[in-house]
Amino acid sequence: MIEIRFHGRGGQGAVTSAELLALAAISEGKYAQAFPSFGPERRGAPVVAFCRVDDRPIRLRTNIYSPDLVVVLDPSLLRLINVAAGLKENGVLITNTKFTSGEIREKLGIKQTLATINANKIALEEMGIPITNTTMLGSLLNARQVVHPDSLIGPLEKRFGRIADKNIRAFRRAFAETETLN
Amino acid sequence: MNKKVGIEVSLAAADAVKMANADLIAAYPITPQTHIVEHLSELVANGELDAEFIPVESEHSALSVCIGSSAAGARTFTCTSSQGLALMNEIVFIAASLRLPIVMILANRSLSGPLSIWNDHTDVMSIRDSGWIQVFAENGQEVFDHVFFAFRVAEDPKVSIPTIINLDGFILTHVIEPIEYWDQEAVNKYLPEFKPVSTLNPDNPVTMGAFAMPGIYTEAKKAQDEALIKSKPEIIKAWKDMGKIIGRNYSPVETNQIEGAETVFLTMGSMGETVSIAVDKLRARGQKVGQVKIRLWRPFPVEEFREAVRNVKRIIVIDRALSFGGQGGPVAGEIRSVLYDEEKRPLITNFICGLAGRDVTPDNFIEMYEKGLKMAGDKSKEEDYVMYGVRE
Repeated sequence: MIEIRFHGRGGQGAVTSAELLALAAISEGKYAQAFPSFGPERRGAPVVAFCRVDDRPIRLRTNIYSPDLVVVLDPSLLRLINVAAGLKENGVLITNTKFTSGEIREKLGIKQTLATINANKIALEEMGIPITNTTMLGSLLNARQVVHPDSLIGPLEKRFGRIADKNIRAFRRAFAETETLN
Repeated sequence: MNKKVGIEVSLAAADAVKMANADLIAAYPITPQTHIVEHLSELVANGELDAEFIPVESEHSALSVCIGSSAAGARTFTCTSSQGLALMNEIVFIAASLRLPIVMILANRSLSGPLSIWNDHTDVMSIRDSGWIQVFAENGQEVFDHVFFAFRVAEDPKVSIPTIINLDGFILTHVIEPIEYWDQEAVNKYLPEFKPVSTLNPDNPVTMGAFAMPGIYTEAKKAQDEALIKSKPEIIKAWKDMGKIIGRNYSPVETNQIEGAETVFLTMGSMGETVSIAVDKLRARGQKVGQVKIRLWRPFPVEEFREAVRNVKRIIVIDRALSFGGQGGPVAGEIRSVLYDEEKRPLITNFICGLAGRDVTPDNFIEMYEKGLKMAGDKSKEEDYVMYGVRE
C-alpha cells in the first residue's frame, strides 16, 4: 500500500489532488481511498488531504501518520508546519518551491529523497493562476509512479472540462521538469 | 461483476436512491449528510430522477412530509445526522408505530454539546428504541447495497417497518473509494414495485395515527414489537436474495477469524475494517483473537449473536457512544443482557472510543486488547468500562 499526504491551503485543491489520484488508480483496477482531513472548510488555512493506493482492498480507515509520499502544494507551508512528520525513511517529499532541492535540504534538514518543482511558475504560465494541485500531481508521479501518468488524463478531463487542457499541460510539464535529490 | 467506479460514498448512496426509483425525498441539509441530499436534489432537478424533492424548513418537517408521502403509497426517502435526528425525534417514533416503510440514511455524528460535527454513534442510540429496523454499513459498497436492501425490507408487506442505514459520518460519507454499481435490471429484479399494505385514499378511508386509550395502547405496542421481531426472517431472506444477485453475502452478525478465537472484538460500522487489521497483527503474534460485527442492530439478532460467540472466552465491546451514569456504552449493555442467561458466559470488557471522530488506529485496538485481557481477569472490577485514550 502507498500512502500519500497532501499539504495545501484551503482553496488550493489539495483535496482535489487526492481525489484525482484515487480516481486514476481505481480506473487502473487498483483499490484507493481519498479523503480530506474532516472538518469545516477554511479558505487559506493549512489543510491536509489523504490518499491510499493498493492492489488489494483497503481496510484501514484512519488518517495517514507515516506516509510514503508527502506533497506540498504551497511553499509557505514549509516553514510553518513540519510537513515531513512521519514520512517513511524511504519516502519522498515532493514540494512546490522556487529553490533547488539542494537548497531545500539545507533549509529543512530533511534526510529523505526530495523532489522539487517550481509549480507556481508552471501553473501561472500554463493556466494563468497559481493553483498548483494538478501541477503537483505531475511532480508526484515523477517521484513515484503510483499510477501511469496517462491514467490521470481521464479524471482531469472529467473534473476540469473546458479548462482540462491547461491543467493537463501543467501536469505534463511538472512530470517532465521535476528535480530529484536522493 | 461490474467494473468498480471511483466515487464519493455520499454520491454513490444518492445514486442508489435514484436507482431504487424513490418517489419522494424530503430532507434538510446537515453535515456530514449534506452531499447525499445535495446530489439527490441535483438528480431530481436535472430530470434524472422522477421524484418530488421537498426542501423542508427542519428535520421535524422532513420526516413529517415523509410520513404523509409514505401513507399515500409513495416510495419515500430521507437522510439526516445528529442534531437533525434529534429534531426529528418525536416523528421517528410515529413513523415506526404507523408502520410506514420510509428509508433513512443516517450519517452518524455526535450530538451537541460540545458542538461537534464528527462521527460517533450517539445519534442513532438516541432512537434505538423507536421501533425502526436499524443496520450498520462498514464501507461504501455496503452503503450502496443496503439502499436497495432497506427499501426491499421496509416495503415487504410482511414487514412494513421503516428502516435506517447507519454509515459513519466523514469516515465513510466523505471518502472516495471503488464501488461496484448494480445494473438497473438487477435493482429492478431485487426490488419489486412498492405495494403498500394500506394507503390514505379518500375513496377508501382508513385511520392512521389514531388515539389509544390505556385499554388498547399496550396491545398496539405488543403488536409493534412482534412485527419488528418477526421482520428478522424477511431481513435474512433479503440478504440471501441479494447475495444470489451480486455475490456479496450479508448476515445479521458477521465474524472474522472466529475459529479458535478466545477473545473477540465487537464493533458496529466502519471500525470493523480497522479492527480486522489489528486482528491480523495479533494473530501473527500467536494471539487467539477474532472479531464479531453486528450488522443488524434492531431487531437485535439474539440467537445469531449467541451462536457467534459460543466458544469465546472474552468479548471486547467497542462502543462509539456513552450511556451516562450507566455501565459503559449501549452496545456493551445490550451484549451483557443477551448473554446473561447463557450457561457459559464470556467475560465482557467495554471500551468507549472514537467519540466525535477521534481517530482509532490498529495499534490502539491492540492496546485495548492487552488492557482488555487484564480487565477480564480482574475480580476487583474497579473499572466496568474504559473511555479509551482520554488525556489526563
